[in-house]
Amino acid sequence: MMHFEYHVEGGNFTKAGAASSQLKKILKQLNVDPKIIKRIVVALYEAEVNIVAHAFEGDIFIDIDTEKIGIKLVDQGPGIADIELAMQKGYSTASPSVREMGFGAGMGLPNIKNNSDELKITSQVNIGTTVELVTYLNQ
Amino acid sequence: MKIREVVELLNAKVVSGQALLDAEVEYCFASDLMSDVLTVETDNLMLLTGLANLQTIRTSEMSDISKIIFVRKKKATDEMIKLAAENEMILIECDYSMFKTSGILYKSGLKPVY
Repeated sequence: MMHFEYHVEGGNFTKAGAASSQLKKILKQLNVDPKIIKRIVVALYEAEVNIVAHAFEGDIFIDIDTEKIGIKLVDQGPGIADIELAMQKGYSTASPSVREMGFGAGMGLPNIKNNSDELKITSQVNIGTTVELVTYLNQ
Repeated sequence: MKIREVVELLNAKVVSGQALLDAEVEYCFASDLMSDVLTVETDNLMLLTGLANLQTIRTSEMSDISKIIFVRKKKATDEMIKLAAENEMILIECDYSMFKTSGILYKSGLKPVY
């Protein structure tokens, strides 16, 4: 069982992806199937970009065991008023600066769902959002 | 097709990762939207994009893309080149538009992902 934690700064696009990059290196060292690594890091990267794009700050907690990898992202930020609406392709509240970075097209949450085996999102408006992902390693 | 031939066809400039010039490329995807790039599952993909910032490199890292062509005279910054080198990527700068670049590469046999 391995545990990792990363802090994410809201608004800092130069560092967005640093945690995902670290996790990718760790999973490569653990000889995880490259296809599964790609699913995990694409999901985490989208979620990490979401914190940078929407929240003030956040923390990422990662637990790896022999069967699965669990990722929990907890942010302090505006929260999501309507999660069902946010899950719809094309729906976005991203700012123009986020769009300039190549994101904000309303594809992040659907893409996270597509690249994880379990996804749970809870949110409180003006407090923050928690995203929990599970991906199984032996499939 | 080898990357070397791609560079010649596009009259383009390699700014990082010359070691990959003899690598083979089969599929190409053209987009300025990184969220779209992150949905592509094809392996050994080359990315054509007009988006030149750090997130272009990060997105490619997560998507296992090691070949990037910047179109419309977009330039890779030093920070981008550094991150690309860490991930063993080749970065190519091309003065042509996305449409012209895509047309040349499609005609020369590179395949679309869908």
